[in-house]
Amino acid sequence: MTNYDAVDYSPLLALADDEVVTHSYVRDVTLASGKNLALITLDNGKDHTRPNTLGPKSLLELSDVLDALKVRVANGEVHAVGIIGKPFILAAGADLSKVREISSVELAQKMGQLGHRGLGKLGTLGVPSFAFVNGLALGGGLEIALNATYRTVDTSAAALALPEVFLGLIPGWGGATLLPRLIGLRRAITVAIENPLKNNRLMKPLDALKLGIVDRAFGPARFLEESLAWADRVLTQKERVSRPNTPSPLTRAIAWPTIARVARKELESKIGTVALSPYLALDTMAASARGSVHDGFVREDLGLSRLIAGDQFQASMYAFNLVQKHAKNPSGAPDKSLAQKVTKVGVIGAGLMARQFALLFVRRLRVPVLLTDVDQTRLDQAIEYIHAELAKDFAKGKLTDDNLNRLQALVSGTTDIAAFADADWIIEAVFEELSVKQDVFARVESVASHDAIFATNTSSLSVDQIGAKLKRPERLVGFHFFNPVAVMPLIEVVNAPMTSDVALATAIATAAKLKKTAIITSDSPGFVVNRLLALVLGEAMHAVDEGTPFEVVDSALDTFGMPMSPFELLDLVGLKVGAHVLDTHATAFPERFFRSDNLHKLAEENVLLTRDGKGRVTGFSPRAKEIVAGGTNVQTAQELCARVEDGLAREIHIMLAQKVVSLPEDIDLAMIMGAGWPFQMGGITPFLDRVGASERVNGAAFHSPKILGAR
Amino acid sequence: MLLGNSVVFVDGVRTPFGKAGEKGAFWLTRADDLVVKAMQGLLERHPELDPALIDEVAIAAATQSGDQGIVLGRTASILAGLPLSVPGYAIDRWCAGAMTAVTTVAGGIAAGAYDIALAGGVEHMGHHPIGSEFDPNPRFVSEKLVDPGALNMGETAERLHDRFPALTKERADRYAVNSQAKTAAAYAANKIQDDLIPVAYKGAEGWGQLTVDEHPRPGTSMEGLADLKTPFRPHGRVTAGNASPLTDGATISILASESKARELGLPVKMRMVTYAFAGVEPEVMGIGPIPSTEKALARAGLGIEDIGIFEINEAFAVQVLSFLEHFNIADDDPRVNPYGGAISYGHPLASSGVRLMIQLAKQFEERPDVRYGVTTMCVGLGQGGTVIWENPNWSGK
Repeated sequence: MTNYDAVDYSPLLALADDEVVTHSYVRDVTLASGKNLALITLDNGKDHTRPNTLGPKSLLELSDVLDALKVRVANGEVHAVGIIGKPFILAAGADLSKVREISSVELAQKMGQLGHRGLGKLGTLGVPSFAFVNGLALGGGLEIALNATYRTVDTSAAALALPEVFLGLIPGWGGATLLPRLIGLRRAITVAIENPLKNNRLMKPLDALKLGIVDRAFGPARFLEESLAWADRVLTQKERVSRPNTPSPLTRAIAWPTIARVARKELESKIGTVALSPYLALDTMAASARGSVHDGFVREDLGLSRLIAGDQFQASMYAFNLVQKHAKNPSGAPDKSLAQKVTKVGVIGAGLMARQFALLFVRRLRVPVLLTDVDQTRLDQAIEYIHAELAKDFAKGKLTDDNLNRLQALVSGTTDIAAFADADWIIEAVFEELSVKQDVFARVESVASHDAIFATNTSSLSVDQIGAKLKRPERLVGFHFFNPVAVMPLIEVVNAPMTSDVALATAIATAAKLKKTAIITSDSPGFVVNRLLALVLGEAMHAVDEGTPFEVVDSALDTFGMPMSPFELLDLVGLKVGAHVLDTHATAFPERFFRSDNLHKLAEENVLLTRDGKGRVTGFSPRAKEIVAGGTNVQTAQELCARVEDGLAREIHIMLAQKVVSLPEDIDLAMIMGAGWPFQMGGITPFLDRVGASERVNGAAFHSPKILGAR
Repeated sequence: MLLGNSVVFVDGVRTPFGKAGEKGAFWLTRADDLVVKAMQGLLERHPELDPALIDEVAIAAATQSGDQGIVLGRTASILAGLPLSVPGYAIDRWCAGAMTAVTTVAGGIAAGAYDIALAGGVEHMGHHPIGSEFDPNPRFVSEKLVDPGALNMGETAERLHDRFPALTKERADRYAVNSQAKTAAAYAANKIQDDLIPVAYKGAEGWGQLTVDEHPRPGTSMEGLADLKTPFRPHGRVTAGNASPLTDGATISILASESKARELGLPVKMRMVTYAFAGVEPEVMGIGPIPSTEKALARAGLGIEDIGIFEINEAFAVQVLSFLEHFNIADDDPRVNPYGGAISYGHPLASSGVRLMIQLAKQFEERPDVRYGVTTMCVGLGQGGTVIWENPNWSGK
């Protein structure tokens, strides 16, 4: 047993000097039956842009308030306790602003224990407790509700979620124990593991109701009134609360071990085994099948302390802050006020990429989008495709009928380039060949307005050279999307030597309107993402070329915990494209990048992986092995892994020295958003510091202090 | 083709009335939200009424700006989740706003233009102090159209004391003490609570819920009132004790044609007989109910002696006394405001008319011996409004 009241929390409080305290106010509410409900309001006194968070002072105040209420319960003055947030917010979870200062496992453990000390008392008052989830409830916020006896939710609440695993934690203030016991292990896995891993998917109030996380949902106009009336009916036993999703102890004991085993296998096949928190969350939830809730809380404390004091969580917090904050202010961006308005978009081309651009621009900007192509049939097909995609949005309820008509009417196609005269943003999606792009822009410039900005989506050519035939090359900016355009969140905005601040600012503002994250890079081969991917894939192909078996190479980087192995990635981008990318980089940086003739041969025959009926990778094609056979300089997985780590550290060091981007943070943000490199690596540079590669190769870490856990 | 349908008061509810100002429960609550909560609470009581059948929503407010602005009947309907097909409007006759909402939709029902309508009012006097957003035309003063005091309600009450010297401060105070006592008794007998829709509110120190009115002061005594300040004149007669206090609150009611109400199985709490509004000198606006009541009685073919219950708004004690004196009714006549009045409950201007109706309807249920009742109120700038109601529970004896 852990006596949470007896733990010394003063070392945590010492870190909390400037905590924005979420206060716990109490008011008695007399219910219609005459029963007295003591209603706790969590409120940090700020507006909804600064949500309630739970730091040490906030938790201790809540704990004290609940202690005082327990006394009143014993005196018969209080028949129930309610808890609610400030308008729009219950709580957005633990205050994580000081986690970098957690200097030991012991201190990390106290963070879990303090949460249990405060929240856990909602379950031990001696009278029922009611959580009224009136708004956003994330992490510790939702765990407040889980610790209560009953829960209602406002149908307009922004979101509910246990996003801990997304950040490299587990729901350690009761969530990992109470949630599976409330709604069953399988559903709890969806909420606490799968959702966070799906780019931190959040629940809507009615999702939570359906899962059985909350007992009732009420509309916003009288949410608290209806919740109080319902609480009164529950207290007076006029209404029974049924929870069909709550498993019996027998079900927990019999079914859960199998559910956990299956879930573990699924996880392993999806994300590998490097990331700690999903598995620890799974183990902690599954273990709650047996024993008391308190036992579960103690397991949570241990798990949480291990993670908080570990490297992955610290890297995840770094990554989270990049995505949340750094992404909003791209390094090296000119004054925002320089950005020009984009009221009409021109798309040069009507091929696959052009269609995706046009669709994205019309969806997000809602301005006329004009495609041009020499081929009328292809234009017609493009318009048809875009109209059909918009109709799908309508069918899914993402567009009203009026807006469907509006957006469809905004897209048009023409073979007459003169129609670009009043477009203020013109982007090309033509064949990736310098002369083609040069000529098409020169032609467009002859009809375009004086101020129109030109954007090129090139991934491998020099933006500067693409603009060589322009009268006003300063209007050209690189605007590099990732495929699929609608899904991938990154745009590399290329600031070529001639690019004006106006063009750059307009590109950044446009990226933001497209709801994409922009990073600004210099006009250099591969920019950031492709350059680093080319390095990894080049090393992988090179190892194969020299005789290392595919299988050894493909698993050599498993310790990274990347979303895909090198050859799965090659297969995804396409062997031809991959071979071309390697060629480009090997040409630009022959001393550091490898190209591969074998890859061209594989691409010609389009052989590499073998898959089962469901499309899962089963191994490598015998023909592929035949093609690459013959090498004699075999590397071990460890050797290759070290080569890649060192190669990345060296290349990033060079990129920073050459000012491809300004900061290691820009590199990490690009790799997280553009290549899906995981939070637990912090993108890449915290990981390279962690494994010692940056010091080995460059003599210094990228970050000082390094982004490490207390261990 | 205009008809002559019988109009009935189906039901009415209100929010508890809060004290206006920073110390009041509703200081951080929006006026339109008060309407919405009352509206939802009322419709929740009547699952037999499909909201899509509501033909009109008329909501009154004396100040129509800010959280009381932009077509309250429409905005509140949308916020309350009524079908978008239900129309609505805002209406204003200062203190008689809700009463005018009722009479206006009743006119529509009688004419056959509506079957069912919602009518009510709101005043958040904390957010909208009386007259604070009014820019009086200078002609009122330069041409002496009205005395400058006519815009100050307390001063018009003082002027009633001047005009009717027999209406002393002592009588006004006694009336007020009696009003408080009647309210306390009504609360003790649970006559009020059933028609209140609880309102949750956020204060600086957390959420609470108001389930009863904030203003009433049970146990008010003559001694307690004797030494109160007379804020409108030195050594005057009008005090906070014998006037209605500043209040936040909303009211709402369902009006229907009698045939539609019967068809849908809606309750019929009162049947409208007729109504009238009348103007008086703005300087003595408190006597407005006298001519409006006379006019309404004449139209109904009734005499004052036919009225079994009077629900008269107690803007000021002296103004009620002037009415009673005119009709030769005793200051403490049990037919007058049996549950007490605005001196104890508060007077959130444009919402008070329906409060009178809610209380009259409640008494009708308990008084089958009474056939007719009156709701009446004075209106700033010199008007009175009166609605005469028939008790459907009347036993015929």
